[in-house]
Amino acid sequence: MALLEVNNLEVRYGVITALKGISFEVKEGEIVTLIGANGAGKTTTMQSIIGLIPSQSGSVIYDGHDITKMPCHKIVHLGMSQVPEGRRVFQELTVYENLVMGGYSIKNNANFKEDVDKIYERFPRLAERKNQIAGTLSGGEQQMLAMGRAMMSHPKLLMLDEPSMGLSPLLVDEVFEIIKDFNKEGTTVLLVEQNAGKSLAISDRAYVLENGQIVLSGTGKELMSSEEVKKAYLGG
Amino acid sequence: MKFIETLINGLSMGSTYAMIALGYTMVYGIAKMLNFAHGDVIMVGGYMIFVTMASLGNPILGLLAAVVFCVALGVTIEKIAYKPLRGASPLAVLITAIGVSYLLQSTAQIIFGSAPKMVNVADLGNVKFAGLTVPVYILVTLGCSMVIMLVLSVFVKYTKTGRAMIAVSEDKGAAQLMGINVNKIIMITFAIGSALAAFAGFFMLMKSPSLNNTLGAMPGIKAFTAAVIGGIGSIPGAMLGGMLMGVVEAISLTIPAIAPYTDAIEFLILIVILLVRPTGILGKKRREKV
Ligand SMILES: Nc1ncnc2c1ncn2[C@@H]1O[C@H](COP(=O)(O)OP(=O)(O)O)[C@@H](O)[C@H]1O
Ligand SMILES: [Mg+2]
Repeated sequence: MALLEVNNLEVRYGVITALKGISFEVKEGEIVTLIGANGAGKTTTMQSIIGLIPSQSGSVIYDGHDITKMPCHKIVHLGMSQVPEGRRVFQELTVYENLVMGGYSIKNNANFKEDVDKIYERFPRLAERKNQIAGTLSGGEQQMLAMGRAMMSHPKLLMLDEPSMGLSPLLVDEVFEIIKDFNKEGTTVLLVEQNAGKSLAISDRAYVLENGQIVLSGTGKELMSSEEVKKAYLGG
Repeated sequence: MKFIETLINGLSMGSTYAMIALGYTMVYGIAKMLNFAHGDVIMVGGYMIFVTMASLGNPILGLLAAVVFCVALGVTIEKIAYKPLRGASPLAVLITAIGVSYLLQSTAQIIFGSAPKMVNVADLGNVKFAGLTVPVYILVTLGCSMVIMLVLSVFVKYTKTGRAMIAVSEDKGAAQLMGINVNKIIMITFAIGSALAAFAGFFMLMKSPSLNNTLGAMPGIKAFTAAVIGGIGSIPGAMLGGMLMGVVEAISLTIPAIAPYTDAIEFLILIVILLVRPTGILGKKRREKV
């Protein structure tokens, strides 16, 4: 059974239909990527799955629960976590306090200290800056913090919305390495990217989103060698 | 000496403004709305103190009753009047808040009449030290508010709920992604603001025993001004703005030539500060996101 199942999901903003009934699934243990150009509907997909924006029709099933109409904070308590587009770390809180917020959904966490230490171990830069106000971090550091924060809740499904956006090539590689590691440690990943090459390379399966519709799907390898994908997303 | 007495009085008045300003600023920061009815919660608290003292004679019980009743009132107003308007235009919310304000004032008038009630909370006398003569109620007000503000600052900075409040005020969407129930945080914010308003009502009645249904109107507007001066949405800003307001008011009232214009002077300061710093002294620019 799939961990996440999206069926005919339709989302409108006023008169604009951003998602025209998309269906896809993410199985436990997979890395699945949605690739698509700017404005294709990737962020809308991510936000509507996790309950930040309402859908007009269709359904979202997660881990056996129908979460279509569930408010975001309850979905998060079911073990879904998201690194949002643009990182959105809490600028006024310190690095440490951001991690505390990441673990908000775990009640009376006895292993809280270990959890934080594990994030610091994974992201040594964050350990060095744990008492720094997050708003003063560099873009790369904020991305690391957003990822660390999202992992604090021990998600079953981690969703990342363009985590490589605005990062130097070196950092982009690091981000994809970290995603692979998270996945190896047992976290299922749904990734959204414009950086198609790198994301397809680490993906088990992928879907191509165009104008609010899924137009292509396959394994990461299949899509990497597909003529259409090469032309549109891999620069020839 | 006289000046130091004026200053202490100003800080005490200022701490009352700060109590009220905190309610405005926290609700604004977290629910992104201007709770125009906040001043009237003070008035309701005042009547609770009046009723309790008339029946039980104890001012501390009066304060407790006011706190409990105001918290229940604040949370109820939020649930019935404001929550259904989440996502509505700010103008609709503002008009609703003004409506709530009139509703509270009119209800109080229907129940208690329009003639002022006298509430002699406690006659604490004066205390002399270091050549100063200071009414004890001033020191009580100052002391209590300092403790409350300290507790509030620690609560916001170090507790899970307090940090969640900062998170919600900064980015509601990201806060939800942490699993924070934004509606619950907004409710808690209204509860805290209303409890502070009850304390402010108590301090005001200690200062002057006359109580009518517009008790909270002018202090509410001044405290809102103080919140804007400090930077609306900022907790230390509300404390600073409130204190500033009280000190300016106290000093202005001791200078006969300008005393009659004290209110005008306070609002003038707001205008000047906003011209120099549109976000207020400690305010920051904010972006809005889903
Ligand atoms: N808040 C909004 N209001 C109106 N239209 C929106 C809003 N957010 C996104 N859209 C529109 O929906 C479409 C999909 O946007 P989005 O999901 O952000 O795409 P992507 O993440 O793939 O770049 C775009 O046409 C965009 O203009
Ligand atoms: Mg996007």
